Amino acid sequence: MTAAPEQIDVLDAAREQVLERGIGLDEQQVLQVLELPDERIPELLALAHEVRERWCGPEVEVEGIVSLKTGGCPEDCHFCSQSGQFPSPVRSAWLDIPGLVRAARQTRDTGATEFCIVAAVRGPDKRLLSQVRDGIKAIREDGNDIQIACSLGMLTQEQVDELVAMGCHRYNHNLETARSHFPNVVTTHSWEERWDTLRMVREAGMEVCCGGIIGMGETLAQRAEFAVQLASLQPDEVPLNFLIPNPGTPYENYPVVEGAEALRTVGAFRLALPRTILRFAGGRELTFGDLGAKQGMLGGINAIIVGNYLTNLGRPAQQDLDMLEELSMPIKALSQTL
Amino acid sequence: MNEFCSYCGKPTAEGDHSACEKRLSFIDPPRYCSSCARRMVVQVTPDGWTARCSRHGEITSAR
Repeated sequence: MTAAPEQIDVLDAAREQVLERGIGLDEQQVLQVLELPDERIPELLALAHEVRERWCGPEVEVEGIVSLKTGGCPEDCHFCSQSGQFPSPVRSAWLDIPGLVRAARQTRDTGATEFCIVAAVRGPDKRLLSQVRDGIKAIREDGNDIQIACSLGMLTQEQVDELVAMGCHRYNHNLETARSHFPNVVTTHSWEERWDTLRMVREAGMEVCCGGIIGMGETLAQRAEFAVQLASLQPDEVPLNFLIPNPGTPYENYPVVEGAEALRTVGAFRLALPRTILRFAGGRELTFGDLGAKQGMLGGINAIIVGNYLTNLGRPAQQDLDMLEELSMPIKALSQTL
Repeated sequence: MNEFCSYCGKPTAEGDHSACEKRLSFIDPPRYCSSCARRMVVQVTPDGWTARCSRHGEITSAR
């Protein structure tokens, strides 16, 4: 009779594999982390924080975002209040160039190094790309040297090349959820189409920003699947959103992700993605509150969006900057990103 | 008193709007005009928002 193999504790394994060698957890290991009992969350977060400090350093990357084109999107992403396919109260709006310049200045004034221009579209048309080009030029003419990222949906190779020429250094395009869950969330385009855009962005030399939303009805196994699918993309940044159940969307009655579950997710994603910029994005105010935000910052997160989001409001930027100071976390300087 | 709820657009005198008020105080700009319940055109920026009703004009977070 042979003895059953001894089960290695997943956090012990992570300490050796992720902290010491910088190799992210695999899908089965991530699932084990997501299934840890509540009493082990502090241990998980402490390890995730150590991993973040070891492989990313102490700095926190601060970013602001703005919606250049709001609402009226033809796609049916079920979480999104900007889809034109649902009875959401969000109406279409375009931000003019002076408004964009002001938003970039507001962001720079917080000490942020990143400013992301976002549009609710399937992909950019000539008018939108022209607006982005004029906007970037106007931001530079305003004396603002903040790094500019864009999020304009799915791209053609020609559009990728145009964005590179405009000076867009990072492109955001979220895979949103696990490949196996994506058809439940979006039916108007595929996960693979999104992947194709990300591949072109990477090959063109732009930084890849790709994350998703937690709490869209995915199972824990699908959450683990998503973490390792993101890891296989090797993104420079992963924004981690938590579902805001917005009125008029198919997910308006979904529950808000519970704080302990969200913290486990933060820790698990850090252990799957030891070297990536892991950003607190939308929904953290609703899911975590003030205390949870601090726990997240001490549990693997090393970047935040400050101020408001695209259609929802965030905390005042100063509140987050004060939190970072209280936690003695230095803000990444622009000189470190150039 | 506002005639209509800026979050859901229904008359404030009808039903319970405490959940609406919580959202408005926390993570949502107004979406409906409080005078006529028209959907407003809302622009959120990093440090504020503007909301414009075609009949009753613009309000901002700095009001």
